[in-house]
Amino acid sequence: MKLTVNGTEHEIDVEPEMPLLWVLRDVLGLTGTKYGCGIAQCGACTVHVDGVAVQSCQVAVGDVAGAVTTIEGLGTPQAPHPVQAAWIEHQVAQCGYCQSGQIMTAAALLAETPTPDDRQIDDAFWGNLCRCGTYPRIRAAVSAAARKLQEG
Amino acid sequence: MGKGAMIARRAFLMGSVTVAGGFAVGWYSLNQPYAFPLADELPRGITPLTAYVLIDAGGVTLITPRAEMGQGATSIQAALLAEELDVPWDEIRTDPGPPAPAYFNATIIGEGMPFAATDTRWRAEAMRGLGATMGKLMGFQITGGSSTVPDAYDRLRLAGAAARQMLVSAAAARLGLPEDQLTTREGAVIAPDGTALPYTTLAPHARRVPRPRKVTPKDPADWRLLGKPMQRLDIAAKSTGTARFGIDETAPGMVHATVRTNPRRGGGVNGFDAGAAEAMRGVLKIVPVPGGAGVIADNTWRAMQAAAAIRFDWAPSPYPATTDGLFDSIAAAFVHDARDSRLRDDGEVDKTLERGADVSAEYRVPFLAHAPLEPMTALAWLTSRGLEIRAATQIPRFAVKTAARLTGLPEDRIVLRALPMGGSFGRRLEDDYIAQAVELARAMPGRPVKLTWTREEDMTHDFPRPAAIARGRGRVEDGRVTALDLSISSPSVSASQLGRLGLNPMGADTSIVNGAWDQPLAIPHYRVTGYRAPETVPVSSWRSVGASGNAFFHECLLDELIYAAGADPLEERLRLCTHAPSRAVLEAVGEMSNWGRPLPSGAGRGLAFCLSFGVPCAEVVEVSQTPRGLRIDRAFAAADVGRVLDPVNIENQMQGGVIWGLGHAMRAELTYADGRPEQENFDTYPAMRITECPEIKVRALETGDTVRGIGEPTVPPAAPALANAIFAATGQRVREMPLTREVTFA
Ligand code: FES
Ligand code: FES
Repeated sequence: MKLTVNGTEHEIDVEPEMPLLWVLRDVLGLTGTKYGCGIAQCGACTVHVDGVAVQSCQVAVGDVAGAVTTIEGLGTPQAPHPVQAAWIEHQVAQCGYCQSGQIMTAAALLAETPTPDDRQIDDAFWGNLCRCGTYPRIRAAVSAAARKLQEG
Repeated sequence: MGKGAMIARRAFLMGSVTVAGGFAVGWYSLNQPYAFPLADELPRGITPLTAYVLIDAGGVTLITPRAEMGQGATSIQAALLAEELDVPWDEIRTDPGPPAPAYFNATIIGEGMPFAATDTRWRAEAMRGLGATMGKLMGFQITGGSSTVPDAYDRLRLAGAAARQMLVSAAAARLGLPEDQLTTREGAVIAPDGTALPYTTLAPHARRVPRPRKVTPKDPADWRLLGKPMQRLDIAAKSTGTARFGIDETAPGMVHATVRTNPRRGGGVNGFDAGAAEAMRGVLKIVPVPGGAGVIADNTWRAMQAAAAIRFDWAPSPYPATTDGLFDSIAAAFVHDARDSRLRDDGEVDKTLERGADVSAEYRVPFLAHAPLEPMTALAWLTSRGLEIRAATQIPRFAVKTAARLTGLPEDRIVLRALPMGGSFGRRLEDDYIAQAVELARAMPGRPVKLTWTREEDMTHDFPRPAAIARGRGRVEDGRVTALDLSISSPSVSASQLGRLGLNPMGADTSIVNGAWDQPLAIPHYRVTGYRAPETVPVSSWRSVGASGNAFFHECLLDELIYAAGADPLEERLRLCTHAPSRAVLEAVGEMSNWGRPLPSGAGRGLAFCLSFGVPCAEVVEVSQTPRGLRIDRAFAAADVGRVLDPVNIENQMQGGVIWGLGHAMRAELTYADGRPEQENFDTYPAMRITECPEIKVRALETGDTVRGIGEPTVPPAAPALANAIFAATGQRVREMPLTREVTFA
């Protein structure tokens, strides 16, 4: 079966019911996407499918029709996406384990809602747990990234 | 350690970096007796080993042996070294180094001693010194107890300064100039004419310079890095998915594994049927492990699927099978024979309370899982030389000992590389998952096996924070609190946890009463008694340990008494408080929260204070009633850390601690049925989500005279501040956590 991830098409031989999360991590070696719960409770596994944020532990790889973007495809340490730049600037991460998912949620939110209010930010991140408690910094970084993206 | 082993470890440390011409300041000392002539520089007889600085042609590598769990340990250790060494922040490389006795923790043992942090009398100081010596003799390398910064503060600055001194001496010899004409800047020694001699070229000469007898760290007024906001060294990696956690580790030829063991901890397994699992796609091997079995497969998901298909016949739990049974055993320990400590006994409590108690109440806190977002993982494989382990751990030397016991290999044939963790909160003070990875690796010699737990395995095989019950009484007279008597019964964390490490703790377990007995209050008749309940579920240290529950007991009881006296919670606490830095945090949080200014009807403000890990911390929480339930609107925290080394990290840690404390207080508990936890994942063990997170303002004060760690101390006051706010808003006293047992949150 074919799977397009970060602009590259891959031919993979796995069961169609295998969750996208584990295909990314174990088959394609893209370990930026994390496993936290496997039951749609934590958001650590969030990726984009055709620009929409989805929890990759909940998507069977056989059901993926669109192009997948992971944290690795969003930006790099040398060329970070504006959301990643805001995350660096605000030093959001503590352990950092949830942050790939948080950042993918943020990027999808801002693509859809360029100037979210506080309520919209909170609602968008409901599904992304952070055990370290970086929520105040996440709010600040999303608002800053929104301003940056508006300024262009 | 033989010479060969040392070189092997060095080569391993340096990875692909050229070692030629490299030198390690004090690295040799790992092979030598610890004695090192800097002893007079350090408090409490700690001997520094400058085993922290490696220089090669490529630059400087700083050894940061305390584990990175998200608390910023790597960056702060590097900053303490880099400040003294004068190397540019953005060129620093770090390495956790090998597990080694030289990286003993001299601070953490003192924390378990029966002396309040505010006690600076000679006996307390002497005992802490003994704790430091014990830590050293045992090579007690451990990350925890908010001890990283206090333990590293002098030691790493001196280590950095000593390395700098050796480089200056080498430069002086080469230039034929006196040392005092030379300065250092940006990784180089600078001559009076401006010539820069890079450390990288000086290093081979510096290795022949005798170690300095005396070094003086910089005056804090001259700091370039410390005390200012710094960019965490791992921040770009953690913002781009390129940080590699334990779960991301790979090795050539690696296979994947998971385990399922009896969630009735210690119950063992009578047998299992893996017939269906064996036939599943990708399954390579089913391996019996203590209490259950592991599945090795060609990817993690297939291993997890197959493990789920194994049918186990598990034995019953060796402890009471239900929550009620477990609490009964705690309640039954309020008897003379189970009395463990009475570290606070001021005035005449019994006589005073004979005249009548104004408050008499019982409080309870539940078992709680650590549940870091990254589940337990470890990678291990047998090589022709011995065993390789790559794992996130707070106790690397104990893990090596465990692996040696399991494999029969000598410890110097076991190489453990410590990896960054996706959170820990105390969970990785256990090495159970590393032992399992070693067992699996033994079943496939030569093959790297990476073990990854499911969330369900993780939640049901935590070593939880123990449940506890407290009984409190008190008396008020003339508008003042005059008597407070608190009895706490709980299983012993130190007996359970240290027992698993093969250590036998003697004497009272102060964690049963920490955060309650050691508070700087002058209540005239004041007593705190600890009772040791029998060990049931294996328990361990959970972020802020005993204080996590004891502050709830102490501060809710005190709040009830203050209301009974008709006094103001802030004013009465200030009146009772005997410790200047503690008064300062109370005053600060009062000012930050506009204490005393009226709130809209239906809203309420609660205050709590706790001195834990040497850090006084006061918090105010504001709640309001909404049609959908209670809402936490704002939280304020003030804490005294003695000296702020990185204001950004402190803010992040303080906010995180408040969220941790509030989130668990609201909804989290492990309950037991049929001998096993009933919660398996974050749907039934809810953590605080962003939608519930209040606005949180924090302030770090520097009135105290000792530098302290802030990873834990903001946790204990959060729950009682919330419960006290709920009382202020609703008139209802909630004496049991999680608070959702009695109130509804929006
Ligand atoms: S791992 Fe997918 S939501 Fe938690
Ligand atoms: S930063 Fe650790 S879980 Fe979010």
